[in-house]
Amino acid sequence: MNPYKFFEKPNSLKITLIVLFTFLAIVTVLDLVIPKEAEYGFEKFPSFFSVYGFVACVVLVLAAKYILRPIVKRKEDYYDN
Amino acid sequence: MTISFMPPFLIFLIGAFFALFLRGKVLKWWIIIVPAVALVNAFLLQKGFVYNVHFIGLDLVPLRIDALSYVFGLIFCIISLLNSIYAYGLDDYRHHVAALLTEATALGIVFAGDYFSLFLFWELEALSTSYLIAIGGRKESAKASFRYLLMHVTGGVFLLGGILLHFYQTGSIAFNYLGLTDLASLLILIGFGINAVFPLIHTWLPDAYPEASYAGTVVLSAFTTKSAVYALARAFPGTEILIVAGVIMTAFPIFFAVIENDMRKVLSYSLINQVGFMVTGIGIGTELSLNGTVAHAFAHILYKALLFMSMGAVLKQTGKIRATELGGLFRTMPWTLTFCIVGAASISGVPLTSGFVSKSMIVAASAHQGLTIAWFMLLFASAGVFHHSGIKIPFFAFFSHDSGLRPKEAPFHMLLAMGIAAFLCIAIGVYPWALYSILPYPVHYIPYAPNHVMEMVELLGFSALAFTLLMLSGIYPPEMRAINLDFDWFYRRGLQLFMYIDRKVLVEFEDKVVNTAYEWLFLNPLMAFAKFLKGVDTYVIDGTVNGSAKATYSVSKSIRKLQTGNLQDYMILFIIGILILACVIILLRGGI
Repeated sequence: MNPYKFFEKPNSLKITLIVLFTFLAIVTVLDLVIPKEAEYGFEKFPSFFSVYGFVACVVLVLAAKYILRPIVKRKEDYYDN
Repeated sequence: MTISFMPPFLIFLIGAFFALFLRGKVLKWWIIIVPAVALVNAFLLQKGFVYNVHFIGLDLVPLRIDALSYVFGLIFCIISLLNSIYAYGLDDYRHHVAALLTEATALGIVFAGDYFSLFLFWELEALSTSYLIAIGGRKESAKASFRYLLMHVTGGVFLLGGILLHFYQTGSIAFNYLGLTDLASLLILIGFGINAVFPLIHTWLPDAYPEASYAGTVVLSAFTTKSAVYALARAFPGTEILIVAGVIMTAFPIFFAVIENDMRKVLSYSLINQVGFMVTGIGIGTELSLNGTVAHAFAHILYKALLFMSMGAVLKQTGKIRATELGGLFRTMPWTLTFCIVGAASISGVPLTSGFVSKSMIVAASAHQGLTIAWFMLLFASAGVFHHSGIKIPFFAFFSHDSGLRPKEAPFHMLLAMGIAAFLCIAIGVYPWALYSILPYPVHYIPYAPNHVMEMVELLGFSALAFTLLMLSGIYPPEMRAINLDFDWFYRRGLQLFMYIDRKVLVEFEDKVVNTAYEWLFLNPLMAFAKFLKGVDTYVIDGTVNGSAKATYSVSKSIRKLQTGNLQDYMILFIIGILILACVIILLRGGI
């Protein structure tokens, strides 16, 4: 019995995405409800951490792909020569 | 005080010694028994116990058990047992000897109360870990091991220089709070810093760790960096430069991790990122942040080993470790996948896992001290580590495209080791107070405040969203069969350039100029002088003069041979020189 067999089904991606989006929607609503204690004022903006997390990851991936990789990528036998 | 325990390092030293002669089933049980005994012994350790010896005029403290060293000693014993269970199937006795030796030296470091013992174990640790890499059996293992050793020997020289200078200035070799105040402490800091993977001197880690065997990397991941974190926490808490170093360490490796193809190299970069959190905590230096560092080291050792174990299992079962060659393993390795996900969740700091209750203390401490930039960077790094270790590792190995590989599930003993580690990761996350109660300072921190849980869930949830959208849109950088240069390019190409210059220029120069000058200034006048003497009194001292001229000539010839132009000869001379200097200073200051 392998519960991960679920991911072999053709609609598994769709279901995963629905679960993820629902979860994020609930989180965003909860964010408005739960009282905040913060060191910094901007932490109290609605969904501050959501926006920061999203932007951080997009910046990370784009910078790694378009800036870092062109600079550092070499063939696997680079140091052998 | 009656002593009811053994020095922890001694158990492993004895274990390593006998492992040299044992083979087969006996050896396999021996490597389980040794850390099991050490773990029981660890619970018997009495805090506050200090063992002094007076030796060659020095006050040595080979065993000091206090709150700080105890936590590290305990986790080292736990992870040693898991390492042994994981490596149970390995027939290579060399691995077991080197692993036990590494564990012995790491325990020696954390319980050392003076710089002399510390340095001794520090160097032995470098030797045994580099041996562990050398027997990795991969194409690059031997070379990577040599580069690793070169780096750590250099670090050892810095450390020794600092220790000697410190001893010369203060007359004490006690290993306590030091602080960055003078040249001696700077040298010691650099010595520690090489093992603690400070930026720009970090390259040995992603270079060498992926070249060890599937079980070797698991052993490596626990000890070298964390014993250095311990040393920093002991000697340099509150040193502000560490905040800068630590924050840089959390941020830059995640960029490399995103584009890296070798899964264990991805984990190596995220190891630097995690140690960065600890170094930042040491730099902040408040009770909260130091507690955070120690707790994070404890949690980190478990989940990092767990992640390396899961990737080691993948490597062992498939023979492949590159993301481009893996994928779709969820079909046949569900247990390994499950444990991998627990490790991935823990390193990301998902609530109810160990990373959440430890890392958040350091992040909170940075906000309490008003370190806004550091706080933003640590948050960025938290999102980033989720991205590459939390999602990328399980996703590319077990899901992604179907590689067609259908390996068997990992053997039972490996699953057992991963299972225990995964259980501990969750146990610490669910009931953090057990860990909090053994931290060096009293803990007032409440990890599960509602707003705090929300922050982390938002940060991670929307990082996952970013990953999903980037994957679906095809923007996410595809995995490629390639290597990515790191700062070690400067060392490796620099060294090649140096060797080139040495061969083409220095040797030529030596041949043409130095030797000619030598002959003109020294040999020829001497010969001329000898001839002159010969001419003056051919009959009386003829033989003697001839003989001495000949002798001088042959001595000069052999002196010339000393200048070989070989890098390693000069390095060994350098190290021997420093060792002799050390002996001289110890003899002069201490007297026997």
